[in-house]
Amino acid sequence: MMALFSSPHLHGGNHSQRLMLLVLAAAVPGLVAQIYWFGFGTLLNVIWAITLGLALEASVLLMRKRPLGFFLKDGSVIVTGLLLALALPPMAPWWLVSVATLFAVVFAKHLYGGLGNNPFNPAMAGYAICLIAFPTSMTLWTSSGEYFNLPDQWLWFWTEQGNVDAITQATPLDAMKHLQGNTIKEMLAANPTIVNYADAMFWINLAYLAGGLGLMLLKVFTWHAPVAMLSSLSIMAFLFGTGEPDLYAGPSEHLLLGATMLGAFFIITDPVSSATSRSGKLVFGVGIGVLIYIIRTWGAYPDAVAFAVLLMNLCAPLIDQYTKPKAYGQQH
Amino acid sequence: MQVETRHILHQGLWQSNPALVQLLGLCPLLAVTNSVANALGLAIVTTLVLVASNALVSLTRNKVNKDVRLPTFVMIIAALVTVAELLMQALTYELYQILGIFIPLIVTNCAILGRAEAYACKNSLALSILDGLAMGVGFSLVLVLLGAMREVLGQGTLFTDMHLLFGESARLWELTIIDDYRGFLFAILPPGAFIGMGLLIAMKNVIDHRQAMSQLSLDEPSSKSRRVRVTGIIT
Repeated sequence: MMALFSSPHLHGGNHSQRLMLLVLAAAVPGLVAQIYWFGFGTLLNVIWAITLGLALEASVLLMRKRPLGFFLKDGSVIVTGLLLALALPPMAPWWLVSVATLFAVVFAKHLYGGLGNNPFNPAMAGYAICLIAFPTSMTLWTSSGEYFNLPDQWLWFWTEQGNVDAITQATPLDAMKHLQGNTIKEMLAANPTIVNYADAMFWINLAYLAGGLGLMLLKVFTWHAPVAMLSSLSIMAFLFGTGEPDLYAGPSEHLLLGATMLGAFFIITDPVSSATSRSGKLVFGVGIGVLIYIIRTWGAYPDAVAFAVLLMNLCAPLIDQYTKPKAYGQQH
Repeated sequence: MQVETRHILHQGLWQSNPALVQLLGLCPLLAVTNSVANALGLAIVTTLVLVASNALVSLTRNKVNKDVRLPTFVMIIAALVTVAELLMQALTYELYQILGIFIPLIVTNCAILGRAEAYACKNSLALSILDGLAMGVGFSLVLVLLGAMREVLGQGTLFTDMHLLFGESARLWELTIIDDYRGFLFAILPPGAFIGMGLLIAMKNVIDHRQAMSQLSLDEPSSKSRRVRVTGIIT
């Protein structure tokens, strides 16, 4: 952006279809890790969200009398479906994925005018609406390593039949919030499954981190927003975590639990709903990191990435207003 | 007279509907429409207050000095809302408790003050009452429609708790639209009200747009010539 000279420009060929394919490829390690630790639910979620997302996108495009092929080919709805499905819990049944996809594609994207006009990240909007509407279903996570085989998961996905209580549990972030008078160390000592779970989340987050770094090296997005978000989250966690280590989780827990890495590299780098300029992206990322810490620590919901992203999406136009890069020769 | 009546009804029910077009009284509209019974309760009270305030404002319109008209309107509306509140405590105490603060808040409903200022203080008693009724019914229809949408989506039922308004026999009115529905909490919560309201406004705009389009195509001249005369004197 800064190295742009006067016209004529060479076209880099980075059109949206290629970007979307790269994002899809970069999410594969995280998807594989999530399937390895938490079962085939995520795979079913991904397939169903993408299929339904494409169908919804096509029908809305028909209703809006837009060219079908052109807009379906850009792949944005596939990315939305994939990110939404990765964020949903692995035990999500078909109707939960459907409601989330419906709100993401129809309400958050097309009611605002389609790709490029949506003020909110569609995947996070669909996720947040389901979290508000179905809080119990949205927190149904399997404990790591113990999950249904594929036929049982298939049955659960469509009919919700199966012994779920045996394999589901609270997420580590939720457990660290509801300590019930214990310190974090005591809670972890009493619940070895939470420790296993946290280990699994570490690996999944590292997989997303690897995919995200790959995207950054390929210049799909700049480093500003992810680095700003991760460092502000770490600083918040460090400030509170070193003061009261018994009550507040430290930086490593905040960075490697929950949806932190997925959010940092795949959600907040969405070019449509984030701030535009480089300094704007720094502000945007810092805001999300701080909000994630605040909502995770003192809020009512187990994870905070979706709400933090939506709140900062709301601020993005204002951030753009104050961080507009100065044109060369402009006085102020 | 006939034309005036039709104009008032069209204005209140559709053209400048307080809820869909003027967007007045949104606070109670969004807050209490989580079921048909709640919505209908507030709709009836608001309509009664609106009709009565229009009538009183119209009756006193020649006695009240122009400079103090707004305080007078507010006093009239506040008195009427107090009456309505006491009546609800006497007749439908449970519903009064459910609607809570939104009954006294009718005082601040700008639709009521708006009609007093824009219509009732300039027009005769009969026309003012009709205007209040048209505006009140227009507001009520939107309230009840939004309440029905949110109740069906949120709980899968219609007309629950109607006995709060119409006595014990109305308990039987409850319809279960969707069996074994697990509930869609989002529709009951405030964000659902905003989205439902947005959809209703969009629906009205689509209908208006369609009508305007068909009107346009009717108005087009029947001749196929598209040439337009731009010079000379048109005779």
